[in-house]
Amino acid sequence: MADNKDMVKDLYLTMRRIREFETNAMNLFAEGKIPGFVHLYLGEEAVASGVCSNLREDDYITSTHRGHGHIIAKGGDLKFMMAELFGKATGYCKGKGGSMHIADGTRGIIGANGIVGAGQSISTGVGLQILLHKTDQVCVCFFGDGSTNQATFHESLNLAAVWNLPIVFVCENNGYGISNPQSRHQKIKDVADRAVAYGIPGVVCDGNDVFAVRETSAEAIKRAREGKGPTLVECKTYRQRGHFEGDPAIYKPKEEQEAWLKKDPLDKMSKWMTDEGGFSAAEVKAIDDQVKAEVAEAVKFAEDSPYPTPESGVEDVYSDIVEEVRDR
Amino acid sequence: MKKMMTYSEGIREGMSAAMRKDPDVVLFGEDVGMFGGCFGVSAGMFDEFGPERVRDTPISESAIIGCAVGAASTGLRPIAEIMMMDFLTVAMDQMCNNAAKLRFMTGGALHFPMVIRTAGGAGVNAAAQHSQSLEAWVTHVPGLKMVFPSNAQDAYGLMLSAVADDNPVVYEEHKAMLAMESEVDLDEGPIPLGVGKVVRPGSDVTIVAVGNMVHQALAAAETLEKDGIDCEIIDPRTLYPFDFDMVANSIDKTHKAIVVSEEVKRGGYMGEISAQISENLFDSLDAPVVRIGALNTPVPFSPALEPIYLPNAEDIVKAVRSQG
Ligand SMILES: Cc1ncc(C[n+]2csc(CCOP(=O)(O)OP(=O)(O)O)c2C)c(N)n1
Ligand SMILES: [Mg+2]
Repeated sequence: MADNKDMVKDLYLTMRRIREFETNAMNLFAEGKIPGFVHLYLGEEAVASGVCSNLREDDYITSTHRGHGHIIAKGGDLKFMMAELFGKATGYCKGKGGSMHIADGTRGIIGANGIVGAGQSISTGVGLQILLHKTDQVCVCFFGDGSTNQATFHESLNLAAVWNLPIVFVCENNGYGISNPQSRHQKIKDVADRAVAYGIPGVVCDGNDVFAVRETSAEAIKRAREGKGPTLVECKTYRQRGHFEGDPAIYKPKEEQEAWLKKDPLDKMSKWMTDEGGFSAAEVKAIDDQVKAEVAEAVKFAEDSPYPTPESGVEDVYSDIVEEVRDR
Repeated sequence: MKKMMTYSEGIREGMSAAMRKDPDVVLFGEDVGMFGGCFGVSAGMFDEFGPERVRDTPISESAIIGCAVGAASTGLRPIAEIMMMDFLTVAMDQMCNNAAKLRFMTGGALHFPMVIRTAGGAGVNAAAQHSQSLEAWVTHVPGLKMVFPSNAQDAYGLMLSAVADDNPVVYEEHKAMLAMESEVDLDEGPIPLGVGKVVRPGSDVTIVAVGNMVHQALAAAETLEKDGIDCEIIDPRTLYPFDFDMVANSIDKTHKAIVVSEEVKRGGYMGEISAQISENLFDSLDAPVVRIGALNTPVPFSPALEPIYLPNAEDIVKAVRSQG
């Protein structure tokens, strides 16, 4: 539960930042300013915010195609993120990666990833590095319910378990892999049940309750830090939008969508803050205003930034070889 | 009867016709059912053929292709979809070590009539893991056939032949061409594998182009026509087996050849075609064969970079002019 007011404020700030960033990304995509595939984290903010509130700057995360929330919660810079979504030279990946590939080596963000299940395997290597360097860092590996049917899930959790790696596997169970509801892509209800198969703890929490997520993952992160090995944490949540922007999500039953909107993690949190947390409405609004200004600044930064030059397109393939540019 | 159809509809008509004819033809893959496929290619097929024959799979590419292998070996004729060509990598073992090789390794005791449909190609800002053209990786493996239609009619006719074939056929669909319309005559039926098409007859230079690049070649030919250069464009349609006779006959006439694909140029399949031309037709060539492909980099995301990465009509025009 809420230890103190600053902690509550930080949790809410992160969630609000994600909400505001994603709402802007949604609108900018609709206006045609952001190209490509955009997978929004709207409705799932409590997961990344709660988990990452337990992490240090030198801890690591791996992320997914739906990665904006993870990156913001791990301290990613909104300006560089937004510029990347636009494909600008000032973006995190110099415009080469876009929404699905944002990484920040200085903050332990080992990248969003467009291949479902990829982060699960990559996290084992991060865990091995921590193990061999004998630090007390940890790696949090975020992934969706759908990805737990990839071979990488089985291979990676088993490897992490037998090598006792300092990893927390966080399954964001939002009920769907694209159009496929969980009930049609696996027979179990709790992904956490699968932990048994690897001999590691598996726990479930309410992914729309940021305190529950924080508390549950704190325990798992502590275990990993103390060298006690990996945990599988499952956060039950809901994707409020379509799979990607442009997907009308007609496969989602209306009643289901409405029921989950009533459990919106931000509404729940702001209500708790004013009802029970000792915050005034003005204090909450001050956070909202701060975040609005931050995101507006990020959008302006992205809009004002230049596009990458043709020459930059052939850099960064290797550390030492620059490919030839086409002379057209 | 002739009518206008999108490339995507051509693919769907091909699959549907094959499924109406043979109850053993089934379609499975991620979101191919009620959702109609990530790009809507199989829209409506779930309603027509039902959940038994049009099946959503979990996100498990390796199992999707492995399942097709087992199903094909015992009497079904599966069409398995791998949403993006980039994800073939996840299923590479089942595709290359099993689908491709088991007929040979069992001395022909087993056979594998299966189609692997997959969306390749760039041009929609989908970045490096959702945009690749991996024709070389597929055609390098003995045991796999591969088709890559460039228009709705070919999409339809090649699908019929791919499903009817008793070997694994990889069927590439270019995601930037799905909405492209062209005239289709459904009565024309199957297009045999290994038979190319002269898309534009000409006398001065032979341009071999596949998929989306056929359209870039056509645009280049228009520009060059103004200079008095008459291009012959060949769309092989099937990458393996390859219609080399058609290319050889053309070069006999033009004495010059350009090969074009959207693949990364280094190690691309068109390099193989270029080598075959050089080895077999050296005496009829007036100039070295020119290969045109994408830059040797992963596919960039930015709208400022992707067009520079991709080969286009301008590159073809330049190459033709460079041959003198
Ligand atoms: C290897 C691979 N297969 C398929 C896809 C296409 N794809 C992208 S996201 C997605 C669904 C992922 O579902 P889940 O893991 O539950 O994450 P969510 O989108 O719900 O956050 C699929 C099938 C992909 N990107 N990579
Ligand atoms: Mg999901």
